Amino acid sequence: MLRVENLHKAFDDFKAVNGANLRVDRGDLVAVIGPNGAGKTTLFNLITGHLKPSQGKILFKGEDLSRLPAHAICRRGIARSFQIANIFPRLTVFRNVQVSVLSQKNLSKTLFRPAQSLMVEETERILKSVGLIEKKLDVAGSLSHGDKRTLEIAIALGNEPEMLILDEPTAGMSPDETAAAMSLVTRLAREQGLTILFCEHDMDVVFNVATSIMVMQHGQTIIQGTPTAVREDPTVQEAYLGEA
Amino acid sequence: MEKKLNFARSGFLWSAMLFLVLLLVPFFAARFYVYILGLIFARALLAMSLNLLVGHGGIYQFHHAVFYGVGAYTAGLILAKTPLPAGMALLAGPLMAAVAGLIIGLFCVRLNKLYFGMLQISLGSLVWIIALRWYSLTAGDDGIHGIPVPDVISGATPTYYFLLFVAAACLVVMYLILKSPFGVTLRAIRDNPQRCEAVGINVRRHQLLAIVIASFFAGVAGVLYVVLEGSIFPDMLFWVLSLEIFIMCLLGGWFTFFGPVVGAAIMVFLQTFVGSYTEYWTFVLGIVLILLIFFLPEGIMGINFREWARIRSRRASAQAAD
Repeated sequence: MLRVENLHKAFDDFKAVNGANLRVDRGDLVAVIGPNGAGKTTLFNLITGHLKPSQGKILFKGEDLSRLPAHAICRRGIARSFQIANIFPRLTVFRNVQVSVLSQKNLSKTLFRPAQSLMVEETERILKSVGLIEKKLDVAGSLSHGDKRTLEIAIALGNEPEMLILDEPTAGMSPDETAAAMSLVTRLAREQGLTILFCEHDMDVVFNVATSIMVMQHGQTIIQGTPTAVREDPTVQEAYLGEA
Repeated sequence: MEKKLNFARSGFLWSAMLFLVLLLVPFFAARFYVYILGLIFARALLAMSLNLLVGHGGIYQFHHAVFYGVGAYTAGLILAKTPLPAGMALLAGPLMAAVAGLIIGLFCVRLNKLYFGMLQISLGSLVWIIALRWYSLTAGDDGIHGIPVPDVISGATPTYYFLLFVAAACLVVMYLILKSPFGVTLRAIRDNPQRCEAVGINVRRHQLLAIVIASFFAGVAGVLYVVLEGSIFPDMLFWVLSLEIFIMCLLGGWFTFFGPVVGAAIMVFLQTFVGSYTEYWTFVLGIVLILLIFFLPEGIMGINFREWARIRSRRASAQAAD
């Protein structure tokens, strides 16, 4: 479904991504791991069009995404969450998700119909599926950290994505929140047939959940394979032991 | 939910009552006050159109007066210099303003925030220079006065009603737009443009549409001014006026619907009444602004509603306790 081939991104002299390769098949739950500064977030930003690659290819269902703007890539079925909770703080929880549903249905330029009565069912269905329906009238900025992260995922779901990219979905969460968030992600993947690409620091989470793991270091892909294969790979062991 | 509904209904009630009172004004008020109210309508509409961008869209349109001026000049020139029907002139004003908004906006939306504002001032000033220097067409600094306005809407009272109805209709349309999916999306863009891109919203295109809409209404305000005064002059698209409109929004309250109307009323009031005592009326304005920034950072309407809600809920709970 998604293939990244020999991708490079340089910021002046600094090579943030320097030969990344990735393969995500439909229905996969792919984790990208690597030490801080390995280029994981940059890789995600390249895939979703928030940055433009210096070199290399990003193919989604056979189409090259590398020159498309972010909103066009979203239209092709890739939605994402961000590392730092990225929501609309002054709007209500309901509106946060409704904005994305309206955009998905091409209604966001509608001028003379009240938004109050549009896409209400669709929005509430998403809020129900992530468990935020009780808080739908709360102002998003007042939510707890965990709820903000969940809301982010709900906003992404509003786009009816085929593929969901999650940048450290459990960053800054307590162990309980982490468990809840990951069970939400796996449940969504199962129920809605979503393909998920995520990066994560918590190795327990990664090895429990992922069907495939890609390891990055210094902007480069070392290996991609099943959790067992990655665990037993000598270069990975060396990289992680060497860094530690 | 219940509370919110009540609030919306009472807001509607107050607006309707205000409208009724305004309908009756020409029957009891002196001609001068009727004129001042007309001026407030035109300025209020202008401030509302800017607030569509600044308060609801987070778009720093620093030089908004340009579109007011373009609307006024288009209507004024057609009325004064061509045999075309007056209705056409009145319609052409807002349309030309929207076109100017589209052209200037096309360049500006590529930039963000402050850079947007800077480029907007520069391009707007170009339009001002044209109005100032194209002497054979615009009479330059002298402006054009005594523009013939169609009989149906000339004379103090008919003009007043024309301004009242057009301004009220425009406010209703703007209200509907702000409640529409486009309005919701615009506020989402104000809050977080990056996230909007990531949910598939073409941010620049939405901003451009907002600019065109706001320019259109600014053009309507310009036409209203021509009907009221029968004059056009280059100061109408000078950046000082843009600053005044900005202050109206700030004064009344960015994040409320009626805030800019209140701001415009205060500005016209200060200009007229303090201005009749001293030419340094801006000194009073300066003091008002300083007090405002310290004590009412969200503008007059901003605080008013919050206080009101608090008093109401206290009264409600007191009643419940009885």
